Amino acid sequence: MVVFPGTNCEHDAVYALASVGVETELVWHRATDLSEFAGVVLPGGFAHGDYLRTGAIARFSPIMSEVERLARAGAPVLGICNGFQVLCETGLLPGVLLQNAGLRFICRPVHVRVTSTDSILTRAARVGQVLEIPLNSYEGNYTSDQASFAGMENSGQVVLKYSDPNGEVTELANPNGSLGNAAGIANGEGNVAGLMPHPERAIEKVLGSSDGRVLLESFAMSLSGARV
Amino acid sequence: MSEGTALHRALGMTDDEFEAVCRILDRRPRDAELAMYSVMWSEHCSYKSSRTHLKRFPTEAPWVVVGPGENAGVIDLGDGWLAAFRIESHNHPSFVEPYQGAATGVGGILRDVFTMGARPIAVWDQIRFGSLDDPHNRYLFAGVVAGIGGYGNAVGVPTVGGEVAFEDCYAGNPLVNVMALGILRQEQLVLAESGDEETEAVLLGAATGRDGIGGASVLASASFDDESVAKRPSVQVGDPFEEKKLIEACLELYERGLVVGIQDLGAGGLSCATSEPAAKAGMGMEVDLQKVHVREPDMTPAELLMSESQERMMAFVAPRDVGRVLAVAAKWEIEASRIGTVRRGGTLRVFEAGELVAEVPAASLSEDAPMYHRPLRRPDWLDDLWADRPIADEADVARALLKMLDDPSLADPAWVYEQYDHMLFLNTLIGPGHDGTLLRIKGTSKALAGTTDGNGRRCYLDPRRGAARLVYEAALNVAVTGAQPMAVVDNLNFGNPEKPEVMWQFAETVEGISAACENLGIPVVGGNVSFYNETDGIDIHPTPIVGLIGMADPCPERPPRLDGAASGMELWLLGPDVSEDLAGSAYQKIVGETIAGRPSEPDPEMAARVTGLATRLAADEITPVLHDLSEGGLAVALAKVSIVSRVGVTVDRPGHVFAEDPHRLIAAVGAERSDRMVAMADEAGVPVRRIGGFGGDQIRLGPAAVSLEEASRVWRTALPRRMG
Repeated sequence: MVVFPGTNCEHDAVYALASVGVETELVWHRATDLSEFAGVVLPGGFAHGDYLRTGAIARFSPIMSEVERLARAGAPVLGICNGFQVLCETGLLPGVLLQNAGLRFICRPVHVRVTSTDSILTRAARVGQVLEIPLNSYEGNYTSDQASFAGMENSGQVVLKYSDPNGEVTELANPNGSLGNAAGIANGEGNVAGLMPHPERAIEKVLGSSDGRVLLESFAMSLSGARV
Repeated sequence: MSEGTALHRALGMTDDEFEAVCRILDRRPRDAELAMYSVMWSEHCSYKSSRTHLKRFPTEAPWVVVGPGENAGVIDLGDGWLAAFRIESHNHPSFVEPYQGAATGVGGILRDVFTMGARPIAVWDQIRFGSLDDPHNRYLFAGVVAGIGGYGNAVGVPTVGGEVAFEDCYAGNPLVNVMALGILRQEQLVLAESGDEETEAVLLGAATGRDGIGGASVLASASFDDESVAKRPSVQVGDPFEEKKLIEACLELYERGLVVGIQDLGAGGLSCATSEPAAKAGMGMEVDLQKVHVREPDMTPAELLMSESQERMMAFVAPRDVGRVLAVAAKWEIEASRIGTVRRGGTLRVFEAGELVAEVPAASLSEDAPMYHRPLRRPDWLDDLWADRPIADEADVARALLKMLDDPSLADPAWVYEQYDHMLFLNTLIGPGHDGTLLRIKGTSKALAGTTDGNGRRCYLDPRRGAARLVYEAALNVAVTGAQPMAVVDNLNFGNPEKPEVMWQFAETVEGISAACENLGIPVVGGNVSFYNETDGIDIHPTPIVGLIGMADPCPERPPRLDGAASGMELWLLGPDVSEDLAGSAYQKIVGETIAGRPSEPDPEMAARVTGLATRLAADEITPVLHDLSEGGLAVALAKVSIVSRVGVTVDRPGHVFAEDPHRLIAAVGAERSDRMVAMADEAGVPVRRIGGFGGDQIRLGPAAVSLEEASRVWRTALPRRMG
């Protein structure tokens, strides 16, 4: 679990992953050796204050070259919210995240439809499954060029899409203007994934929803034997 | 006139206060000394007009660990857990620069809480503006909400509740009050004391600049006029990223026991953070201004001592631990400077480049501050207001209800709280949009409940009754989550204290809060006073804000929620019979377009009974909905429950549906549990009667009916429609 100065969802992510049996350790952004870990989570927050541009400074943190090494070696790497922004900024995931359409911060539960299970984030889910998970971001508006996005859709890299409660992917159900309602993206190999909603905030019914568990369980399944 | 007197007036000091400084020092003060006194003796820092009244507050209870006077109040939750909380205003800065004014308000109150050793876990915000019909008020409202969110979200503390209200009297003077809550283990409690001789003062965090010079004395302690916007450079600028690192660094210092005491730098800056902790320990201090890390060159000693640059803390460290403290600061990537040493003798000596620039008795800055017994006078106009009986025009209840649901003060606040992270830390069992917030403490059976409440109109008509009723309302808001009310903090927002009518309102308010707190057995553990909320001679309504924290242990698994009603459930009303109190009500203002009459007196006995009953009903999970009746009365309360539960409701003989009589609750309850509820109410001595039931797709109040769909649309779109 990578902690940059300004990260703030790390304790929640540790708590949530523990509930699906994943042991985690907080690692400060100055670390340069992650060889004893089976996978990496970049949690939410405001790494380096999000100054300049979300993730723009974090990509130069010493730990990131080691995260890249693990990712290229096939280890599961998951970015949540700000972590997703950092992964896009480093080029481990395609595309970028812009300011929300409407230019306001959005913190509320949204629905997402699972559109591909070819990733460490969705392999335990089924296509068409609808999950209710909180969104909490100002720069959550995913975009890329149309051609690449079409390619990603064809190859199953767009793994979650904003939808209505019935799973219909409509413009009205798109909270932040993301291209093609994309809420979660994976790389071509499926071992690096990022999403804007916070699955760690949806693990207990008393907090509103436990739909995020299946995503964290997917990550947990992906860890077995993945030590690099 | 001499130069000295010109300077003291520019710094906001009276001639008498200047003479007092000369007497203390037995000479004319140097510029830097005058700067220190002007800040420390400002209304904002010294409470010189209010101190004599604030003594009235009940402040003691067995669970009070730290009462008023420290950075935050601290209460004992049992099993080694403590809660620290405080409320503070940032009214004037938010008018001058809404985003930064509100943002630094959040930053400042968080520092008050983590100065005590606590990790901040939640923020409530209470914001009041003029009518949204005016584009300038929309600009202020949008800017303040963005500022609170921009700071709170980034610093990583969820904003879990609050209140939004709109009233013409706040047009030139919006109110921005923020309450912060933190939790800590009892062994981590730290106080703002300097420790013994040789203790080192280490300044942590942001570099000191010229921002915010005179923020407390210039902005917060004087009235507003056309030139106020020119004071924009006096508004501090916030950096939530710096604060986040500072929080984590300080929490590590506490955990490792590396500080003797700590004080945040807020209003009063270095002047306060050196003199107060030293005075509390009965010590003095030597400070070297050259060692202060600065963000711009050539600052004068007076500027360094007065600067209110944000995100700074002063840690008092035993000499043997200084190296370790500097290492913790380096790890979290914050700056740290050893700027002073505690000395015996009670004198604060400040040096700049080897030259002595200030030498004053440390205690004189805080303890010798003037205390004013300002004259009080009951306003003459109250008689006219009270004689003018509020007129109840019920010709068209349905239309009136829709008009009220469209009022920005009563409408769905989601437009506001969805811009705030209200879920971080995974504690928020009941979040914004409900009566009270409920936050679990993970790893324990406990949960903390919190609320902030205000009602300027009622306090304008009768400050004593209005203020007392706020305490009772806050207690009910906490009780309906299943918690026992434990302690209060208050933020007293008033007009110009030099007017006897304003001071009378203030004294009456303090009396009202005190009497209600005594009656419920809950202490006041901290607060803030904000005077001079007037613009061009017009004072705001007296607007006390009551923040109340309670605890549920064990935490109920399914506490009542507003969206808990379902078709087939019975609707019950708990509490005293209605006297049809409309004075200062939302109905009177929105439909009758007036404010008049005298609000009914609270019933202390009934208040205590209803509060106790609410806690028991919620804790035992008897009623899926338990909701206190406040602004808008029965009609608005039912409409909200109906809308968020997505089920209609019918009341057969509703009485006056907009009356705002105190100590009343509505409950939705399944038929199988209503006997139990009635038995509990009987035992508590609270009248209870069934008034209707849930079902269908209309809100039916006697002969009046509104479709649920229309009510929902009006209520949900009222704020977004106006704000775009």
